[in-house]
Amino acid sequence: MKKGGRLGKFYGLRISWIYLVCAVLVILSIIPFWILIVNATRSTEQIQQSFSLIPSVFTGYNYDVLTGRGFNIWRGFANSLTIAASSTFLALYFSALTAYGLVIYDFKGKNTIFAIIAFILMVPTQISMIGFYRMMLNLSLTDSYIPLIFPAIAAPATVFFLRQYLLSTFPKDLVSAARIDGASELGIFHRIALPILKPGLATMGIFAFVGSWNNFLMPLMLISNEDKYTLPMLVQSLKADIYRTEFGGIYLGISMTIVPLLVIYLVFSRYIIAGVALGGIKE
Amino acid sequence: MKKKQKLVKYDKYGYLFVAPFILAFLIFQLYPIIYTFQLSFTDLAGWETELNYVGFKNYVTLLSNELFLKAFRNTWIIWILNFIPQIGMALILVKWFTDARLKLKGAGFFKVTFYMPNIITAASVAVLFSTLFSYPSGPINLLLVKFGVLEEPFEFFRSVTATRGIVAFIQFWMWYGNTFIILTAGALGINRSLYEAAMVDGATSGQMFRKITLPLLKPITLYVLVTSLIGGMQMFDIPFLLTTQGNPDYSIETMTMFIYRQAFLGGRNYYFAATASVILLCIILIVSILLFKVMNSKTTGDRKARRRIRKAGVR
Repeated sequence: MKKGGRLGKFYGLRISWIYLVCAVLVILSIIPFWILIVNATRSTEQIQQSFSLIPSVFTGYNYDVLTGRGFNIWRGFANSLTIAASSTFLALYFSALTAYGLVIYDFKGKNTIFAIIAFILMVPTQISMIGFYRMMLNLSLTDSYIPLIFPAIAAPATVFFLRQYLLSTFPKDLVSAARIDGASELGIFHRIALPILKPGLATMGIFAFVGSWNNFLMPLMLISNEDKYTLPMLVQSLKADIYRTEFGGIYLGISMTIVPLLVIYLVFSRYIIAGVALGGIKE
Repeated sequence: MKKKQKLVKYDKYGYLFVAPFILAFLIFQLYPIIYTFQLSFTDLAGWETELNYVGFKNYVTLLSNELFLKAFRNTWIIWILNFIPQIGMALILVKWFTDARLKLKGAGFFKVTFYMPNIITAASVAVLFSTLFSYPSGPINLLLVKFGVLEEPFEFFRSVTATRGIVAFIQFWMWYGNTFIILTAGALGINRSLYEAAMVDGATSGQMFRKITLPLLKPITLYVLVTSLIGGMQMFDIPFLLTTQGNPDYSIETMTMFIYRQAFLGGRNYYFAATASVILLCIILIVSILLFKVMNSKTTGDRKARRRIRKAGVR
């Protein structure tokens, strides 16, 4: 009577079927990356002659081919890292500041600011890209990282999340207590609110970082100097004619842009999945 | 009296705290949107700096422009092709993993694995797939020939259907895990006692899913639908990098690709790109509002379900 009699003998069969479907999906999720990483270690001849899931020994050769044709991967890394780290820091710090301001203080126009934040959440970034580009052109800021970094100060999704977080975890009495002890308003924020916000900041930080790291259209639009190319832009150059027949090199190039992300993902997967489950995470 | 003074004194700090956000919003978001609107009524192109206002001319031209209409159709076709299997697969997974009778294991592992493609740089994914499907000796062709599915290698990127299918598949592959996680989170918020009452009443798993889970998941499904649509209408990285120039025959050129090409290639027709952006915004707003209306107009299944449960559960 315990396990629904209705399922009866089909129970085991159904479970096996479900696990089979899930296994197929697991393979589907992993196999493209597996083929990619394996082929990065094989020579172009091997790749073109047969399919294989076993790594070979040509990584060094592929690396020489890749870098020998101006694929400056380490420069790309440094560039992407600079942009992602700076914009993540700005997004986190200023979103925390904004969320704190909205939670702790009751000032006129608070609701208007809320409406604005909700509005930006709904309007896609690409709608304004032409105006954004022209504006940067007028300010002679194209080909610089400023337009890729500073807009992160207004990150509405992060503000939303941190506001919820503060509302549920931050005891407001702490503020009054600290004021009595003579702490300044900004000092309270730095010394009391930020440490309490840490877990929330970590979750949002991962998303902000990955979002910036994966951003392709904005840098493509703004950056023209090859020394300033970000990783996604470098990946685009792998499609150029000079790599036409160098499949080993192409696979290695793509691998080098993907492997760091895979590692980050597997390390932080628990937080990332929890963050996605909370919803409202915008790419 | 004293207290009040204190409040007033401190609350002004609120402005200082939100000031940087507001400032950045005005400079980097609001102004560019207004500027884009303005440009859509001008004839600004190339390296010109002079603006001439032309009224609604650009809108009229664009709405009868064959390439723009094609990009509009492509965007919808690819989005629908990816969204239906995406939401379908996600709902099937939710049904299985929330079924109290099945008690499936490994939900955490599956979530991590299914979500993985979503975190990877879309640009890298696009170049990866263009290499996997390459002709004549990409891995996919090698496999298909080896197992006798095909007589000889197939040129995927010469076929409109195949290329669109690949873009839709990549989108599906990148996003179904995300949808699954969000819907599962919603399903976990449903009150357990509803299921218990239904189980006592001898409801099958299928009935419980249809009569309890689905109706109660409606709001979060709507959220997924709208966010997916907003994202789908802006599709760029994958179709842009999978082939060159939206080939074959512009069949995977999306609206954002159209905007990009107008503004940054050839004659740099900023006025056209800006107009297309405004139209895209209108499309997104109209469709989102329609979806909210349609989804909320049906009598809320939520209440019906509860009533049924109450009838069933309370003897």
